[in-house]
Amino acid sequence: MALKTEPFALNIGPAHPSTHGVFRMRATLDGEVIVDVEPVFGYLHRGVEKLAEQRTYTGFIPLTDRLDYLASMSNNMAYCLAVEKLAGIKVPERAQYLRVILSELQRIASHLIAVGGFLNDCGAFMTPILYMLREREKILDLFEMASGQRLTYNFMRIGGVSQDVPEEFMPALGKFMAQMPRFIDEYEQLLKENEILIARSKGVGILPKDLAINSGASGPVLRGSGVKWDIRKADPYAIYDRFQFDIPTGIMGDSYDRYRVRVEEMRQSLRIIKQAMEQIPAGPVRAEVHHLVHPPIGEVYARIEAPKGELGFYIVSDNSIAPYRLHIRAPSLINLTALREMIIGWKIADAIIIFGSIDICMAEVDR
Amino acid sequence: MARANFNVISQISPLTLPPDWPGGFWWHFLVFTIIIIAFVMSMVIGFMYFERRAIARMQARLGPNRVGPFGTLQPIADAIKVLLKEDIIPTKADKIVYWLAPVVAFSPVLMIFAVIPFQNGALLADLNIGILYVTAVASLTTVGIFMAGWSSSNKYSILGAMRDIAAVVSYEIPLVLAIAGVVLISGSLSLNQIVLTQDIPFILLQPLGLFLFFFAACAEINRSPFDLLEADSEIVAGFHTEYSGMKFAMFYLVEYAEAVAMSAIITTLFLGGWRGPWLPPWLWFIVKTGAVFFVMVWVRTTLPRARIDQLMAFAWKFLFPLAVINLVITGVEILIFPVALPWGIVLVNIGIAGFLILLWSRFFQIGWGRVEV
Amino acid sequence: MTIALPGKEIADKLAGKFPGTIIDSNPGWFTVKSESLIPVATFLKEAPEYDFKYLTYVTAVDYFDHFEVVYQLTSLECNHSVVLKTTCPRDNPVLPSVVGLWRTADYQEREIYDLMGIRFEGHPNMRRIVLWEGFPGHPLRKDFNGT
Repeated sequence: MALKTEPFALNIGPAHPSTHGVFRMRATLDGEVIVDVEPVFGYLHRGVEKLAEQRTYTGFIPLTDRLDYLASMSNNMAYCLAVEKLAGIKVPERAQYLRVILSELQRIASHLIAVGGFLNDCGAFMTPILYMLREREKILDLFEMASGQRLTYNFMRIGGVSQDVPEEFMPALGKFMAQMPRFIDEYEQLLKENEILIARSKGVGILPKDLAINSGASGPVLRGSGVKWDIRKADPYAIYDRFQFDIPTGIMGDSYDRYRVRVEEMRQSLRIIKQAMEQIPAGPVRAEVHHLVHPPIGEVYARIEAPKGELGFYIVSDNSIAPYRLHIRAPSLINLTALREMIIGWKIADAIIIFGSIDICMAEVDR
Repeated sequence: MARANFNVISQISPLTLPPDWPGGFWWHFLVFTIIIIAFVMSMVIGFMYFERRAIARMQARLGPNRVGPFGTLQPIADAIKVLLKEDIIPTKADKIVYWLAPVVAFSPVLMIFAVIPFQNGALLADLNIGILYVTAVASLTTVGIFMAGWSSSNKYSILGAMRDIAAVVSYEIPLVLAIAGVVLISGSLSLNQIVLTQDIPFILLQPLGLFLFFFAACAEINRSPFDLLEADSEIVAGFHTEYSGMKFAMFYLVEYAEAVAMSAIITTLFLGGWRGPWLPPWLWFIVKTGAVFFVMVWVRTTLPRARIDQLMAFAWKFLFPLAVINLVITGVEILIFPVALPWGIVLVNIGIAGFLILLWSRFFQIGWGRVEV
Repeated sequence: MTIALPGKEIADKLAGKFPGTIIDSNPGWFTVKSESLIPVATFLKEAPEYDFKYLTYVTAVDYFDHFEVVYQLTSLECNHSVVLKTTCPRDNPVLPSVVGLWRTADYQEREIYDLMGIRFEGHPNMRRIVLWEGFPGHPLRKDFNGT
């Protein structure tokens, strides 16, 4: 006699200790298995795209910080690249190198939180995330030396960076670079072959390659599914074509692959920073640009490889001091498109892990 | 020595207490009730503080160090805070069951300590079915937890309570089979006699049994890596989501008191209880219990959490066959050496335990993955 | 480098295949009529020399008398991209949905409906996404002033 069961609806979020930000999943459960899930968001919508039409180009830079607040330098850089492409402004060499160094440091900091949060969701009781935060503190100290801020830096400007870094920045960066590879190895040692972690995340939440491409995934989510697409190599911006680095890809597209891709990317970022530190010239750090930029009439789309994926800005300009229309291609929102396929069939505990392995920031999803 | 001449054994410790010390049944009952309650409360407070400091040091931070010298008054500050909190009862909760649940959960834990010896003969009641009584009473806590989950009328609580029942029922069997191995060697169910027969501590004679018992105990008391019942990151707080104030404190106390109880039982069964040179026996007991608890804390800080189906698979497919094999091997050893197990058997046992665990883990598949919907 | 294919070139090729669909073309983009959006998009996705299997973004711009919806298509294999636009009038903003071709458009078209008011036919779940149900108006329109 088959047991008659009835599915019931459960609300995971929005105020939940483990959804990264205010995110709500309306799940229909059959016992513990999720048979349907509907993501609901919009709790953090601030109308950034509308605000852009009422601010000058330079005045919008602080708002880009608050998009993915864990990777502010990358957001700043994407926006400044877009405006510079539109207005035809050339950035001095030293500023380019500084931008690359800061972006890669930001990538390491963001991935530290992503990996730590993922392990926290697996239930490792905060130990991994506390170790990673210890390293992130060193990166935040470097950022504080450069810009005076720990989280939302507002450091890049249209035409370069806002000011040069102080003299103690480069020695401190060298010291950090000497210690960091050892720490990544230390974390790997505890976690890479951990039985429970592998059991919780290997084969869990598989995103097949075709679905990943069709649903527009980007960043570690796309690379974890086996697609070798990194904008720094495929469509190099700033001066990324001068550096040598590899692109780690996964095999299966499960949560474990995405976690490994992020850890390997941290190592590659260290390589890039090392090469940039050797090649950086002296010189001005900011082009002579009036603070009220008047780009010519036209439109542009510029994109970077942010830690969460492909972050792009689409700007339409009508030769006034404010953009006519600004659209932000948010990687976190588009990576969530295939969430339903990834979660259905697994249990609640896995849903949290799968969601954590996509690594989103709600401020970017809702803008 | 195994199951041998008890007249000889009783001479090893001069401080054998008669069963109705100090003067008659009721005085004995009163004195020991006070001792047990004082012991449990002080050990719980001490262990809470110890766990927070130990976890903090393992996570590269300091832990509580403000309240009192070295933060030792922190648990007392927590207790005062929790007592002063408002007691919120959800309107749709089943009031009587909701009120009774913490009581039903906590009482059995205190009752376990009635048969654990602090010294030779120093226990509330030297039942000759000691360890059987312990396993029976320890299961009653689950009833209290299910009452809590059910009466809260909250979906998360019911989920947590169901998970708890499944876990506890599954892990009873390896637990009891591991105990059966110890009982075979010592020849008696009474905890006092089990300690007295441990000339070779049973951790050396039954390493596989200790491995099984440790993990089964972790699952019974909902500690990592099996703390999915109150997994913060999944179902908010499981069965005690809707509890606040003193009732929540009772559940918190239940968790730590059970940890103390299981550590005490492991000490008694496997580590030789109160036996040891130089120090007074009750101090040895406390030190050994603390050491077992430290291992529990260590495991909690390091390992991630298992999922419910992985938990069940671990109990039924990994621990249960190993427990049966352990029992068979122990029985064979007793047949070969009926009087006393020599020291040489220790190496044989450790070798067999290591080999079996490695062999089983090669073929063991955790969980069953994705369900087609 | 990702080659941005010039709009004029593709527009000329398409004018041969789908006559009467091209409204406008430009080195940066080309514009098609809304009725022929799906056939053109399908052709661009399936044709082996284009292979635009990756939709980078969908967004909408308000030009006072009409709306323009912008699609950027990328091919990961051939590493080239193109910008495709289509228009719809302001008083009846309805367009066919490309969700059947690229799942990426799922949330992005809902967002355009929410903030700009353009309905997409054929979308399985045409509801507001960032604002709540019952929000009056569509904020990103140029005539929305916070009321």
